[in-house]
Amino acid sequence: MNNQLNVEMPTDSEVIIGILNNSDSVLKKLYLAYFPMVLQLVINNNGDEDEAKDIYQEAIIVLYNKVKRGDFELSSKLKTYIYSICRRLWLKRLKQLNRYGGDIKDFQEYLPVEDEVEKHEERDMQLNKMSDALKLLGEPCKTIMEDFYMHNRSMQEICERFGYTNADNAKTQKYKCLQRLKKLFFQQ
Amino acid sequence: MKDNQLLEMIESYLSGEMPAGERAQFDALRKKDATIDTKIAEHKHFTGLLKQYNERLSLQNRLDEIHEEIDVHTLKDDLMAHPSWVVQMWRHHHSKISVAASIAIFAILLTLYFTGDLSNRDPRFLQLKQDVERLKKEQPALGNKLNDIIKSNKTGPTISAKFRGTGFALTGNGYIVTNYHVVNGADSVYVQNAEGESFRTKVIYTEPQYDVAILEINDPAFKNLGTVPYSFKKAKSDLGENVYTLGFPGDDLKFGPGALTAGTGFHGDTTEYEMYIPVNPGNSGGPVMDEKGNVIGVITGKQTQTSGVAFAVKSNYLLKAIQSIPADSLSKSLNLSTKNTLASLSRTQQIKKLRNYVFMVKVYNQ
Repeated sequence: MNNQLNVEMPTDSEVIIGILNNSDSVLKKLYLAYFPMVLQLVINNNGDEDEAKDIYQEAIIVLYNKVKRGDFELSSKLKTYIYSICRRLWLKRLKQLNRYGGDIKDFQEYLPVEDEVEKHEERDMQLNKMSDALKLLGEPCKTIMEDFYMHNRSMQEICERFGYTNADNAKTQKYKCLQRLKKLFFQQ
Repeated sequence: MKDNQLLEMIESYLSGEMPAGERAQFDALRKKDATIDTKIAEHKHFTGLLKQYNERLSLQNRLDEIHEEIDVHTLKDDLMAHPSWVVQMWRHHHSKISVAASIAIFAILLTLYFTGDLSNRDPRFLQLKQDVERLKKEQPALGNKLNDIIKSNKTGPTISAKFRGTGFALTGNGYIVTNYHVVNGADSVYVQNAEGESFRTKVIYTEPQYDVAILEINDPAFKNLGTVPYSFKKAKSDLGENVYTLGFPGDDLKFGPGALTAGTGFHGDTTEYEMYIPVNPGNSGGPVMDEKGNVIGVITGKQTQTSGVAFAVKSNYLLKAIQSIPADSLSKSLNLSTKNTLASLSRTQQIKKLRNYVFMVKVYNQ
């Protein structure tokens, strides 16, 4: 078998602590450890490798957020949790694509995770709306919003970057941009 | 207060940069004015969403980077459940596959049935028994024939034979050999010599395995033929040997020259020879002679796919069949000639002598 199947398996608590500490190496270990499992699930159930990647990354994000929020309890194995999330996501995707053949071929045991996937999808929708709103916003507003609210840059830096002569102009501009962004966001 | 100023205050309030004095003032304002409180909450939520969005983007980028390092292609090949392919195929299409298979089986059976492959008889093999045309029903013709026969005072049957083959004498005292398939199912069997005289015979022994039948002429009109001029070869004959046959594919004795082409017959049958020789229905049961005038076999059939190829049962199986005749079936002695008086003669002279010993076999049944 491929050596990637033999990657070092991180322990479950190692992963939790690593996520809380924003550890890149743990994230990588986690990612490499369970991707084959999910790839196997997807490609053997009418999917391809790109779809497997999407599903898997979504599941990692679900886990990541859950751990970050601090409400992740290790009631089952991490592996089972990830598999269950992916399975649920893939089933939904298959149904959306009308490719669901009536049964799914399983490779692991799994838990009921409908509620969590539901919550995740609501959040996801909000973030997608935000993404769309930002895209529609246009420059220089988009960059100002990103710099100030997402990358935590100071007004000073933003002034210099856009060549505003006084801070008040920049502030007014920022205010206008924010109002427009909100409008775009809530319009959708 | 202008909205943008309020926003600024909210932002500094939320970020904790507001000086303590202003903060107390703002808190008081917040308590007093519920709309300000809602605005704060809204702003907090919205900027929170922007932050989450940022986190999501950076996490996604990190994951994409990690993903780049995976050799997805190799992994995919390893993980593809190959045997399940067939299983999946079956799962999804079993009804179609079943229908297709049924149709295929049905079509094969139908084809076999119509080509005759289902029956035991091989369609490529034709036994040389001749189906004589059914008796013509015209009364005058029949009447004329009848009159002729009565006038000519000849012995023999008064109705036409249904099947014809050829036979030849084993001994001078009236033992004839022909094919089993010629006389099989016959009510009565007559033999007719080259002069056109018919004699009643009795089938005294059959050997279906070798397609051999022995007849005995028991007609009072029959006179002893004298010692047969040929002998029966016990040994196997060699490939390439010139052979010939005599028979009655029609009403006249016909000569057919040829050569021995194989030591085994149809489908590798070891009891037969294969020959390149022209034969027709009616030649069945005729003798196969070698150049020296030995009987090396009895014609049995021909291949329909290759023209000119015929088969003959080997003479030693004929001898075996003769030996197996029960003694009480023989009313006369059946002693085969061991002397060959044809050896030194030319072929035309051999045939002249032989013609008296070769008979047309006529078979009647109801």
